Amino acid sequence: MITVQNLTKKYGESIVLNIENLEIPKGESFGLVGNNGAGKTTFFSLMLDLIQPTTGHINNNGVQVDASEAWKPFTSAFIDETFLIGYLTPEEYFYFIGELRGQNKADVDNLLAGFTDFFHGEILGQKKYLRDLSKGNQKKAGIVASFIGNPEVIILDEPFANLDPTTQIRLKGIIRELAASKEVTVLVSSHDLIHVTEVCERIVVLSKGEQVKDIQTSKETLKELEVFFGG
Amino acid sequence: MLKHFLTLEWKSFFRSASFKANLAIKIFMIFGALYFMVVFLGLGIGSFYIIEKQGWGDPLLVVNQFMIYYLVVDLYIRYMLQKMPITNIKPLLYLPVKKSRVVAYSLGKTVVSFFNRSHAFFFVPFSIVLLIEGYPPIGVIGWHMGIMALFYCNNFINVLVNNKDNVFYGLLGVVLGLGICQYYELFNITVYTSPFFKALYEMPWMAFLTWGLLISLASSAYIYFKRHMYLDAGLAGKKSMAKTEDYAWLNRFGNLGTFLKNDIKLIRRNKRSKTSVIMSFFFIFYGLLFFTGGIEAYDGPVWKIFAGIFISGGFLFSFGQFVPSWDSAYYPLMMSQNIRYREYLSSKWYLIIIATVLSTILASFYIYFGWDAYLAVIVGAIYNIGVNSYLVLWGGAYIKTPIDLSSNKKAFGDKQAFNSKTLLLTLPKLILPLGVYALGHYLISPTAGYIFVAMAGIIGFGFRNKVFAMIEAIYKKEKYKTLAAYKQKS
Repeated sequence: MITVQNLTKKYGESIVLNIENLEIPKGESFGLVGNNGAGKTTFFSLMLDLIQPTTGHINNNGVQVDASEAWKPFTSAFIDETFLIGYLTPEEYFYFIGELRGQNKADVDNLLAGFTDFFHGEILGQKKYLRDLSKGNQKKAGIVASFIGNPEVIILDEPFANLDPTTQIRLKGIIRELAASKEVTVLVSSHDLIHVTEVCERIVVLSKGEQVKDIQTSKETLKELEVFFGG
Repeated sequence: MLKHFLTLEWKSFFRSASFKANLAIKIFMIFGALYFMVVFLGLGIGSFYIIEKQGWGDPLLVVNQFMIYYLVVDLYIRYMLQKMPITNIKPLLYLPVKKSRVVAYSLGKTVVSFFNRSHAFFFVPFSIVLLIEGYPPIGVIGWHMGIMALFYCNNFINVLVNNKDNVFYGLLGVVLGLGICQYYELFNITVYTSPFFKALYEMPWMAFLTWGLLISLASSAYIYFKRHMYLDAGLAGKKSMAKTEDYAWLNRFGNLGTFLKNDIKLIRRNKRSKTSVIMSFFFIFYGLLFFTGGIEAYDGPVWKIFAGIFISGGFLFSFGQFVPSWDSAYYPLMMSQNIRYREYLSSKWYLIIIATVLSTILASFYIYFGWDAYLAVIVGAIYNIGVNSYLVLWGGAYIKTPIDLSSNKKAFGDKQAFNSKTLLLTLPKLILPLGVYALGHYLISPTAGYIFVAMAGIIGFGFRNKVFAMIEAIYKKEKYKTLAAYKQKS
């Protein structure tokens, strides 16, 4: 589904990302971990063509993302609050994304109905604009919006941060379900080693822009990661 | 402690993103500031003699008469523009600093603000002229001190009523009504207010009254903020009740409708965009300066077109100029969503067109000044639709200033909006139509001038697809730079 080749990103002299070769097959749940400045968000921004690679390319389902926009219909993401439109209510925001992705109101309502638990009664019908919601609730809205329109690739940057424990557990369930269908490729980054090892089939560790580990998740993975980051 | 506060202030000023403008713009701004200083100084010195020469009566009395409006306008400008002192003190709340000091410092900061000092440019020279012209010094000093105190009162009134929109607009309505009454000589408020200002001069001890008022306002602001210095009280931002709105009637326009819906919400729900639209409404009346012959310099026939372009193009200039910055807060979303640039730009373009047509219809009262005047408006509108609408979208690609929708700061212009490319683009927006008209007017006839300008608009309209493709390419080219620029909040 996604292939990365000789991808580098430089700012001046410093190399912030350098991935020689990476393949993410369709339907994989892919986790990206690393300390601050490891290049996680840079990689996701490159995947969404928000910044330009210094060298190399990313191919998303055969589309070179910095050359064509054809990846947009089947790719969705929630990176940070710049993916939210502050002056809309959550409903309006969902319908807006829905319309852009060819979903009518009923389709969106259908999808949202499946997330009643996840929303915990704090998102829909609150008479609040997105800008007035708490950080955690904003994140919930953004994550669910990225599920609208049956995307084949979903990119979530730090989805667990700022969420309350109940919601974290529910989100893990949702990501596992998506991965189980083998139709959707989910890319998740996190600082929380326990969360990623629980939901991702495969984990790649970035350090200072370099890919230092590529692990198929097993029972020992968490230990291995803890040793790596602890040492 | 004060030293710490001041260094913080110093750093926040010199490290702000907007300060890093290039040298040319800084020089340009310094000249601009100097220009306004000279104008105000000139006004302060000259107004005494102008009023005397025009035979309107004792200059001091005339100034006193209009003082009430001056004060209200000052309050209005403050309300719209002056930043509240409380916004920056959140990080100080939990530090070992006495609350009273933080409040005193924040309020003190408003006292030295430009909004207070600027009036001195007029009143100091005016008072000096009064002294030179032989008005008794004690009276003049009393008057001057009294008036100055009133401006500082405004400062604290603004701090106290900040964000109370209904109070404010109510007051504004009353003053507007009074102004109209005065104009039509129904009722003259200045008859009641000017004796007060006059009394400051005749009985200089009265100045102590205004200073007393100032002190009580300042201390009540101090007490108010000290008591309400909690995140959920005085420091809380205003939250409005949200209502989900549909605008289902726009659905028939497909993807274009989706964006139009969003743009309407954008305009209605954000302070900054609302201000822009209100401003664009006032552009409609700009033509009064031209068509009433109020200003001699504007009497040349060519200026009619200039007026026409501004009357119909208020929205185009105040809103259109800042596309795509209006969407700066969520530009990464727009760039990664399933959106084609063409549709995004088209929706903004339609918005500009609709607003231009509306302004033209609203401006139909210019028929009162003759069909010729209204014809200039219509021709200006055609040029705006056919040429300027593209030019503002084009220029927008180069204005990479993020807009903070929730604040009115910088609503009246931003330094970064003046880069060389956008300046170059104003030439075809304003000067070219004047030239085209002049060509027709002086070579053939006034009618030919109108036809020429309108033709330019119609030709431009015809090339719509070509021009859009070009603008789209520019937006694509600038995309990464724009995203990076929006990332650093000013």
